[in-house]
Amino acid sequence: MVRKLHVQTAINGETVEFLCEPRQSLLEVLRDELHLTGAKEGCNNGNCGACSVILDGRLVNSCLVLGVEIDGKSVETIEGVAEPEKLHPIQDAFLENAALQCGICTPGFIMSAKALLDKNPNPTEHEVRYWLAGNLCRCTGYDKIVRAVLDAASAT
Amino acid sequence: MSENKEYKVIGTRPIRHDGVDKVTGRAIYGADFQITGLLHGRVLRSPHAHAKIVSIDTSRAEALPGVKGIVTAQDLPAAEDKMADLGEGAVNLKYLCDNILASDKALYKGHAIAAVAATNPHIAGEACTLLDVEYEVLPPVLEVRQAMEPDAPILHDNIRTSSLGETGEKPSNVASHLQHKKGDIEKGFTEADVVIEREFVTGTVHQGYIEPHNATALYNPDGQLTVWCSTQGAFTVREQLAEILQYPISKIKVVPLEIGGGFGGKINVYIKPVAALLAKKTGKPVKVLMNRADVFEGTGPTPASYLTIKIGATNDGKITAAQTSLAFEAGAYPGSPVGAGAMCVFAPYNIENVLIDGYDVVVNKPKTAPYRAPGATNAAFGTETVIDELAETLNMDPLEIRLKNGAKEGDRRADGPVFPRIGFIETIEAAQEHPHYTSSNGKKHHGRGVASGFWFNIGLESSVTISVNPDGTVNLVEGSTDIGGTRASIAMQAAEVLGIPAESVNPTVVDTNSIGYTAVTGGSRTTYATGYAAYEAAQDVVKQMKARAAKLWDVDEDNIQFADGEFSSINGKEEQISFRDLSAKLSQTGGPVVGRATMNPAGAGGAFATHVVDVAVDEETGKVEILRYTATQDAGKAIHPSYVEGQIQGGVVQGIGWALNEEYIYNDEGEMTNASFLDYRMPTCLDLPMIDAVIVEVPNPGHPYGVRGVGEVPIVPPPAAIANAIYDAIGVRMTELPMSPDRILKALGKI
Amino acid sequence: MQEFEYINAKTVSEAVTLLDEKGDKARILAGGTDLIVQAREGRRTLDWMIDIKSIPEVNELSYDSNTGLTLGAAVPCYQIYADDAVCNAYPGLVDATIIIGGTAIQGRAGVGGNLCNASPAADCIPPLIVLNATCVIAGPNGEREIPSEDFCTAPGQTALEKGEMLVSIKIPAPQQNSRSYYLRFIPRNEMDIAVVGAGAAIVLDEAKQRIISARIALAAVAPTPLYAEEASALLADREISDTAIDEAAQAAQNIARPISDMRGTAEQRTHLVGVLTRRALNGAIQRVKDDAA
Repeated sequence: MVRKLHVQTAINGETVEFLCEPRQSLLEVLRDELHLTGAKEGCNNGNCGACSVILDGRLVNSCLVLGVEIDGKSVETIEGVAEPEKLHPIQDAFLENAALQCGICTPGFIMSAKALLDKNPNPTEHEVRYWLAGNLCRCTGYDKIVRAVLDAASAT
Repeated sequence: MSENKEYKVIGTRPIRHDGVDKVTGRAIYGADFQITGLLHGRVLRSPHAHAKIVSIDTSRAEALPGVKGIVTAQDLPAAEDKMADLGEGAVNLKYLCDNILASDKALYKGHAIAAVAATNPHIAGEACTLLDVEYEVLPPVLEVRQAMEPDAPILHDNIRTSSLGETGEKPSNVASHLQHKKGDIEKGFTEADVVIEREFVTGTVHQGYIEPHNATALYNPDGQLTVWCSTQGAFTVREQLAEILQYPISKIKVVPLEIGGGFGGKINVYIKPVAALLAKKTGKPVKVLMNRADVFEGTGPTPASYLTIKIGATNDGKITAAQTSLAFEAGAYPGSPVGAGAMCVFAPYNIENVLIDGYDVVVNKPKTAPYRAPGATNAAFGTETVIDELAETLNMDPLEIRLKNGAKEGDRRADGPVFPRIGFIETIEAAQEHPHYTSSNGKKHHGRGVASGFWFNIGLESSVTISVNPDGTVNLVEGSTDIGGTRASIAMQAAEVLGIPAESVNPTVVDTNSIGYTAVTGGSRTTYATGYAAYEAAQDVVKQMKARAAKLWDVDEDNIQFADGEFSSINGKEEQISFRDLSAKLSQTGGPVVGRATMNPAGAGGAFATHVVDVAVDEETGKVEILRYTATQDAGKAIHPSYVEGQIQGGVVQGIGWALNEEYIYNDEGEMTNASFLDYRMPTCLDLPMIDAVIVEVPNPGHPYGVRGVGEVPIVPPPAAIANAIYDAIGVRMTELPMSPDRILKALGKI
Repeated sequence: MQEFEYINAKTVSEAVTLLDEKGDKARILAGGTDLIVQAREGRRTLDWMIDIKSIPEVNELSYDSNTGLTLGAAVPCYQIYADDAVCNAYPGLVDATIIIGGTAIQGRAGVGGNLCNASPAADCIPPLIVLNATCVIAGPNGEREIPSEDFCTAPGQTALEKGEMLVSIKIPAPQQNSRSYYLRFIPRNEMDIAVVGAGAAIVLDEAKQRIISARIALAAVAPTPLYAEEASALLADREISDTAIDEAAQAAQNIARPISDMRGTAEQRTHLVGVLTRRALNGAIQRVKDDAA
């Protein structure tokens, strides 16, 4: 058996330490070791975006990052987006626009949208669609998701 | 959309009750479930499309450290060739069991052969590679027309074609042949001035939900089996488990967790019985998850099909006769949705003379499962394309010919039922008046197409209880898993009755021990039937609350009236109390109030849609862009219009994917070569414009608020509408799905 | 997934020593967007992943208008297209970096990884070829450089010898009146692998009427990305004309040896080589013309 490695990282602003096997992805570590199950596995090969998280300020698919790679880095997940008493404007916009049906892709879309709006607070519809193209949704046809992100942009 | 004058809650757009959990990542889906002592299971799948299983040697896998248990078909109770009753129709038990774990033959690549439970998923996966299975590889048959040939490889030696009451003599891949007749088909074609007959082929497509199948099972020493999972119907899972495991239904509890999409694909069970077998063998809870390739290769797609459509009309556009032959791939075991396709194929039109033949054919592909209006999209692709061609030949507007022949109340479908009040004509009129249809689409290589569609919708059983809280809110307990916002649409119907805001209803989806039988979330039935049950349960609450008011005021119950959330006394004392204030007085008037209702309503009312699409075709590359899309649909009454629009938009986009790129691509050995989201090519948001959903409301007489199911019909028109738009753009009729760039280039003669 | 050890190398020599020691059971981990999937799906067996992202040289991204670009092997796509100097000098390379995967993939995947993965359909390789990029390789015997068109040798195979790793990619500074362009054909608008890809770089005369020289490269039509030498040569010292461009497109089609697979048929690919070569050339020419005089 390959020995587990010690990793120290910051997740949603909190210092976190864990042991993991090199073969465990960041997604597996978040879900199975840290019980942060907001990031979802839809494809496990970077083609659906359901596992999107922000790593050192950059949007990534957590299924394509090894858990050991986040040593010394910072990770933002869906669990860290809302404040205790208040949702993030993107979350509010998703609810007000009915931008989710089954909801399985929603955490990934919100992380992706957050990464976009953090960088470009005033995107066009095309920029939103281009940025979110790595996130698959099978329920909504994307119409209300795109509207929610545009609404969130104008609200902030 | 109509003005919302008569209702306070119905027709408004409240925030869904489960919304905050779902935007914060807190909602617990099947794969998120954790329990102490959990083992992880993985399934070994057949690498061959058609093979005899000669032997399975588990010894090397068993020796791997961390492996705790291995199961094969030997661990399933011996399945006889008997029929299992699953509520929605009988199924051959041996087929049902063999699809869980193959006993004698692997019938498709991806067919489950064995499963391993281990201390972590990586070890379970590694153990699967150490299972030694000896196969005797057989030639596969992968296409419905080939499977119908007399010398085709036979999947099941015991299948004899059942055809209109007769049974064939020789083994065949054609499991059954059905027929619907109306009028005199020969006479109908004789009366026609124009007859058009075309052949169509559609590819195998998957539901494509983002959440893979999952199941966690635990056997307690007392024999109680609990299964936590994502499913469209906890009760159907319980029934299937009881049949497959030959286990008492009373000892099985199914706990539905949040579900990440289904579209019909999460009704059949796959790994739930496997998790149960592994749990029994190991004495520990076992979680089995599929990966994406497992989902594509091991769970139900919707069938590929081959159909012929022949329609005749007089010069003034009156359709006189319509005939079809529908051959659907069932996959490895009988049971394609050809029956539903046959019900829908000509349903939108009132045609005097109709002949419909349907064939259910087994092939070496995964056993098909329902997918959003199953069978109807395949059928409509043919019908709606031929209608378009008829309109062109007769020099008629394509919506005009639909208006002239469109079905109305009192018209009879070829398969028997007579339509109640339906809204097909209204959807055509809404499309005609829409600025999309009245605008020009003048550019070169741009085209516009229209198509309509029908889905019959279903009713079936639903149970709801409502208990009243002292603060005037209520807790609503239901058995319908919520895939797209039905907690809200069901709660709103109760809220309307009780005169309270939607937010004052707390809906909860519960397990099979905690509510009366409730059929699947499917068939566009949930807002209709479970909503109806919520309406009736709320009426029961009102009735009981009236008795409390009567007691409070010491008057006869008949003297209590309830309106606008207020109870009042008539005939005598002038008393009035709000629902909320009366809720605070329950303990002093006799104790808790719990309303209940169970329903099995028959009047689901059919759903119709008419779509308009503009496309641009790149004639050099064969690529089709969707420029504009408008979908009109009769929703009966839209309870929560946002989620009705969402159903329409989502269905349209699945239809666009089906039309343009989605398909199972097979090599000659019967291996799917694109079993990933990368190569299966579902639409991304960059492939689409906004989808304009136009809700038409022609109330369904079979529901107190006029609800019709809305979920399924939006997928039906898109492939035909897009084919018609492509024809308008480039003058070529596409008759095969998907209309992918290479097929367009071929049709144009470029390659 | 198979078991493997993870090592976070801090210097090129450490990584090279490890690679030399472990042989083909060791793989370099940069963005990981191909490697992790290949290891997970059993398409590549390995015992060691050597993470190079802590090595300074592989993170270098520097442009000098005289000497050109040094692009470290682990620089992810998003850093490339966020760099104004790179966008200005090498638009054809930027075309490729903004279409690889989705936004989240571009947060990790880079040009160096795209090269080392050696997919015939790699989007970044045709632009590197047309831009005359060279690959800087470190190994047990020191550094060497090879032209980018020689880097891939077969699907998944490269010119890297035992113990060698790609450190960086060098691209010469663009000439006067020159521009590059890359495009691919995919059935969707994002998230697909190229059915065919075509890159072009073009140098025009002062008047922007005459082609001084051109380079054309193709993806997904042969076991490796291809430099279309004859097609490129056909355009040298020619007036810009549809005829010249059609001739080049035809010559590019002549060298395509595509296969049929789930992403496209051989006939479709051969046809698309013509279409995309024309579009790539016209795109590059238009870019020169759009440049301020």
